[in-house]
Amino acid sequence: MTTAAATVETKVGPPRKSSMRRDRQRALFWSYVFLIIFVIFFLTPPVYMIITSLKTSAEISAATTPWWVLNPTLQNYVEILTSRTYLTFFRNSAVVALAVVLVTMLVSIPAAFALSRMKFWGSATLATGVFLTYLIPDTLLFIPLFKIFVFLHDLTGIEFLNHWWLLIIIYPTLTVPFCTWIMIGYFASIPKELDEAALIDGAGYLQILTKIFMPVALPGIIAATIFAFTVAWAQFLYPLAFTTSTDQLVLPVGIVTTLIKGDVFNWGQIMTGALLGAAPPLIIYAFLMDYYIAGLTAGATKG
Amino acid sequence: MNHAVAGGVRVSAGRRKPTLGQFLRRKSTIAFVMALPLIVIIGSLVVYPAFYSFYLATLNKSMERFVGLSNFSFLFTRETFWMVVKQSIIFAVSAVVLKALIGFTVAHFVHNIPVRGQRKWRGMLLVPWVMPPAMSVLAWLWLFDPSYSAFNWLLQKMGASAVPWLGNPYWARFAVILVNVWVGAPFFLIMYLAALKSVPEQLYEAAAIDGANWWQKMWFITLPMMRNIIAITTLFSLIVTFANFDIVRVLTNGGPVDQTHVFATWAFRIGIESNDIPLGACVSLFMFPILALAAIFILRDINKRGGEA
Repeated sequence: MTTAAATVETKVGPPRKSSMRRDRQRALFWSYVFLIIFVIFFLTPPVYMIITSLKTSAEISAATTPWWVLNPTLQNYVEILTSRTYLTFFRNSAVVALAVVLVTMLVSIPAAFALSRMKFWGSATLATGVFLTYLIPDTLLFIPLFKIFVFLHDLTGIEFLNHWWLLIIIYPTLTVPFCTWIMIGYFASIPKELDEAALIDGAGYLQILTKIFMPVALPGIIAATIFAFTVAWAQFLYPLAFTTSTDQLVLPVGIVTTLIKGDVFNWGQIMTGALLGAAPPLIIYAFLMDYYIAGLTAGATKG
Repeated sequence: MNHAVAGGVRVSAGRRKPTLGQFLRRKSTIAFVMALPLIVIIGSLVVYPAFYSFYLATLNKSMERFVGLSNFSFLFTRETFWMVVKQSIIFAVSAVVLKALIGFTVAHFVHNIPVRGQRKWRGMLLVPWVMPPAMSVLAWLWLFDPSYSAFNWLLQKMGASAVPWLGNPYWARFAVILVNVWVGAPFFLIMYLAALKSVPEQLYEAAAIDGANWWQKMWFITLPMMRNIIAITTLFSLIVTFANFDIVRVLTNGGPVDQTHVFATWAFRIGIESNDIPLGACVSLFMFPILALAAIFILRDINKRGGEA
């Protein structure tokens, strides 16, 4: 009977199926056409950065063909990578970003554990509050923070402004709320039986966290780490407002303020510097795309 | 007898009570200690400064005297302020709408092609979102360069005339929005793609059997199923776009003649560069209403879901 039904279907099938297939193929064709158009739109600036970075200043100012390199050279890369100022920016950025990742994880993992598993007075309010603080933008806070650090200087004599380590104190405000939020989501998805069994076996809370929760929620931890690193690496407003000396700048501000000087723009070097500055997040993204996207979508869907 | 019952209860509870009570107390204390760094960071560096900026906004320029709301009334008399208000709204609304439309369309294209190839395309389409904005916007600045613009080179090759991308107020506004769309559209793309993948295939099959056409499937299945994601993504993006600083700062720095300033860049110009902290705080506070509105919507959403669960 089933075979009969199957033969009937194949007999009726062909004309309809082929028209459907043709529709499907046309849809596929146009999907690819538009995808190519959008990929060109999305990738033009980075590709143009690469093109410009391979040119000499002479070729850039001749402007014969902006979209092609006639005499490719790595001179810009050599100059940027031997420039003491650029390497200082890079070191500052790297130290700040890694320190911020460390601080963020040390703060948000225990907090997320406490908020998702160990109810205490006000814990539900705090969880919501954490999410709301994520919505307060840096552009609302930089002026009061500036004033607070001036005030603290007058009070204690410690100069906060114009030191790169100040950024390690401030950046966690951008990373901790979101990372805590992601981790609450991941921890909440771990079955309660797991930690109950561990409690019965006599494990302490610290052991439950480090031996059970952290290994199980490792994808979440990786996603949160990537998020924290990307945010710390890309932050522009705080270092622009709080640091000014060349040796205290981080990459985004350093490139914008020192490479662009007066009327003489050395675009070959600016593009090389910006490209190398954008490389660490891009490399992480290339290898850990799935974690990156998981972190991105978890934040909104688990709200 | 009453006493006996109470005693019996006490005995049975008594065996557990110290351990249970101690356990509870210890648990909540440990939990509080674990959450303490979070509370300290958010309290001292987010909540306190947020309230402090309200106080700052009521001081005079040298911050010695309380002047009430006169900073606000001073702002209302300035033409630049109204220009900034207008530009901020145009910028945020048009950029968010374009980002949502492009994200929605491209998500469908990616969803249409065979699953095997989707990863590769998604990978390429997400690059603008991954690059630090301050650096990728430099590429746009170079593409828009007044004398070496690579876009103008192409336009002139095609016989069109050169466009003053950042020199003319209208083109500069367009350029700022274009770059913002370029940076932000991939975020929408990823969110919408995730939402599209979560729509059960059976719904479309059932609709196809009932003879629904493409528009009906879109209107009655896809959009309602994606409603939550669309709402929350738009809300997020509205906040981020409204408070945007990097793009305008690097691309135009507010120029030409303050025509492209948004609240954040203008607050920076006044508060940090011109050293008028109270007035700068005042300007940045105008970002607060939209924030409060978003917070209300999101809180309502969280409460509703809490009720359902």
